[in-house]
Amino acid sequence: MLLAPLTVSAMVVGIAQSIKEGLTRTRNAIFSRIAGLLGASEVTAATWEELEELLIQADVGVETTLHLVERLRRRASAEAIIRADALQAALREELRALLPSPSPLNLGNRPLDVILVVGVNGSGKTTSIAKLAYFYRQQGRRVLLAAADTFRAAATDQLSIWAERAGVNVITGAPGGDPGAVIFDSLQAARARGMDMVIADTAGRLHTQYNLMAELRKVRRVAAQNVAGAPHETLLVLDATTGQNALSQARHFLEAVEVTGVILAKLDSTAKGGMVFAISRELGLPVRFVGTGEKIGDLAPFDPDAFIAGLFDET
Amino acid sequence: MFESLTDKLQAVFKRLGKRGVLREADVDEVLREIRLALLEADVHYKVVKDFIARVRERAVGAEITKSLTPAQQVVKIVREELVKTLGEPGRLELKGPAPYVIMLVGLQGSGKTTMAAKLARYLRHNGHFPMMVAADTYRPAAITQLEVLGRQLEIPVHSEGPSVPPPRICANGIQEARRRGCDVVILDTAGRLQINQEMMRELEEVKRTVKPVEVLLVADAMTGQEAVNVAAGFHQQVGLTGLILTKVDGDARGGAAISMRSVTGVPIKFLGTGEKTDALELFHPDRLASRILGMGDVLTLIERAEAAFDAEQAARLEQKLREATFDLEDFLEQLRQVRKMGPLTQILDMIPGLGRLAQSISPEVTDRQFKHVEAIILSMTPEERRNPRIINSSRKKRIARGSGTTVQEVNALLRQFRQMQDLMKQVGKGKKGLRGMLGMFG
Ligand SMILES: Nc1nc2c(ncn2[C@@H]2O[C@H](COP(=O)(O)OP(=O)(O)OP(=O)(O)O)[C@@H](O)[C@H]2O)c(=O)[nH]1
Ligand SMILES: [Mg+2]
Repeated sequence: MLLAPLTVSAMVVGIAQSIKEGLTRTRNAIFSRIAGLLGASEVTAATWEELEELLIQADVGVETTLHLVERLRRRASAEAIIRADALQAALREELRALLPSPSPLNLGNRPLDVILVVGVNGSGKTTSIAKLAYFYRQQGRRVLLAAADTFRAAATDQLSIWAERAGVNVITGAPGGDPGAVIFDSLQAARARGMDMVIADTAGRLHTQYNLMAELRKVRRVAAQNVAGAPHETLLVLDATTGQNALSQARHFLEAVEVTGVILAKLDSTAKGGMVFAISRELGLPVRFVGTGEKIGDLAPFDPDAFIAGLFDET
Repeated sequence: MFESLTDKLQAVFKRLGKRGVLREADVDEVLREIRLALLEADVHYKVVKDFIARVRERAVGAEITKSLTPAQQVVKIVREELVKTLGEPGRLELKGPAPYVIMLVGLQGSGKTTMAAKLARYLRHNGHFPMMVAADTYRPAAITQLEVLGRQLEIPVHSEGPSVPPPRICANGIQEARRRGCDVVILDTAGRLQINQEMMRELEEVKRTVKPVEVLLVADAMTGQEAVNVAAGFHQQVGLTGLILTKVDGDARGGAAISMRSVTGVPIKFLGTGEKTDALELFHPDRLASRILGMGDVLTLIERAEAAFDAEQAARLEQKLREATFDLEDFLEQLRQVRKMGPLTQILDMIPGLGRLAQSISPEVTDRQFKHVEAIILSMTPEERRNPRIINSSRKKRIARGSGTTVQEVNALLRQFRQMQDLMKQVGKGKKGLRGMLGMFG
């Protein structure tokens, strides 16, 4: 019963694959190596296990954890590290190396900056946008918000309330309306009103929903057609409590709308947000901001050292 | 093509298959892979440790069943333990005097409001008269969001101003439910961190005031290692009666479910599988187990296939596949039936190891591909379909022209078909067959 549809489906995909290059990754080769790592060790077996535990529990992920442990093992023997605390210091360095300092945000070099904010449902987009608006307004920018989430019930009301708190204006559209049209209207309005920054909210969507991702591409195109080089930053909002799926989210959003950076929301939770290492390592996406609460001021530029220190905090 | 755990275990099994007894080393080799798969699926580190220890204990001492190879036996135990850990699916326990109060709690953004609407709709469908109460006075427009959903579904919503304390709103809501003759009240509470004491006290107060029959933790299927702390935190402070996993329609493996189950012991009651209010599913432990292990949703696939296929015909084709007499004509017939099962990307999603592939391909591309393949085969003569080997370059040109495709596409189809036949031959020789290979866990 199962065999035939399987082979047929697999075959059709095989053909589609040979025409369109897809993404297949096999991590399993690395999987089997972990055993070796855990067995023999320079420090003690327990130290290595603790390190691994620390990283896994911070959502760093199996693959990146293995990568780090392997590098550490090499360093441990090359630099004759025999003390566990020295090993932890080395780990901090290795973690830091995975988060290289990015070039400054591509903002402030033109009459009108456009920031597009994307992410899965409930990750913290709307709240982060309000915080961003407030953050940039504090710096003297003239910010306008675009309420391009026309899908979720009351999403526009939510952003409008935030806009008021942030002291900025918002352009809205009809519920169920075309998000591209809201972007268009917002860019026009920004020009007419002499604004120098537009931040666009979009509806939450799972990265696996092909049609919704296509819609997002269209939103992006509308921005590009109306302002040269827009969107100048496309920020993906990730929920710090998300586990390994964050990498899949980042990969898909990157592919669909050329994400340029990450906002890590809800870092005030007990989660450590360790998946950003894999995202940085595999996709080269920098973290730009962290969200640390539900108030308008709870946003901070990403500080890698503080972030790494947080991984080692006992909570 | 079937990467991930299936693949990995196949290799292990091949090596182990020849031995007759279940040795400790064999068990360990399988368990190592299982451990990594579980960690990759976001199951909590400590939960994995305990789980593996349990399986190991059972496996090493296990008697060898005649019908299973030692390796299959380990996997069988893994699966049984996993299903056991995930537990029986829970149902809503609406007992005592009406109105029954259901309280939804959870972190910010986990999907409580949408879930409230889904449950209300589900309950109405089952003959109840539900009402929803907007008790999230914190998030801007959360009240409006629930009101909009209530209007869309024509289900009453009780709401008050954002400055009224939530316990009072809930108590008033229940009064109103009584007045209106509603028998179930669903409370949509604000998202909160389990470490926020003030907010957690508020939940306790709501619970004391309204005496709910159900307190359900709504959690995102994408949650990582923190699932353990979140579930434990809510359970200790408020006392949960069940779990709901949301956003299961994504590609998260959902290991958080195991973590939360293990630390609370309360049953998983529902899964949220989409943004629309009808996207609510009952929980099947075996399916979730397959998904967490990265084995695909084979059961759903079988169900769909059974609905779309003529059993006898399918059996005949499967026989042909095994005997490698499956030709392009049979293929075409299959192709048409597969299309009846739904969008290809959805089907692929359910097949072990193909989920990732499915996501890298757009429905449009596969749809076009289906049409191309169909057109190519239809442009062949019956003889060519039965014996593709005779298709030389001039025939290829003709077929490409006839089907409006290119010679490369014809080549691709023929190459794939050959590869498939080869694969089938190998499977046919083996005892288990492809189905056995895939159904290893089920
Ligand atoms: N504790 C905490 N909560 C946050 C943070 N950022 C957002 N939230 C909360 O998370 C919930 C969801 O946030 P939203 O901003 O509505 O998320 P969204 O991505 O716009 O959601 P959708 O538009 O529904 O997809 C709200 O309750 C926010 O208050 C944060 O940094 N810390
Ligand atoms: Mg939003």
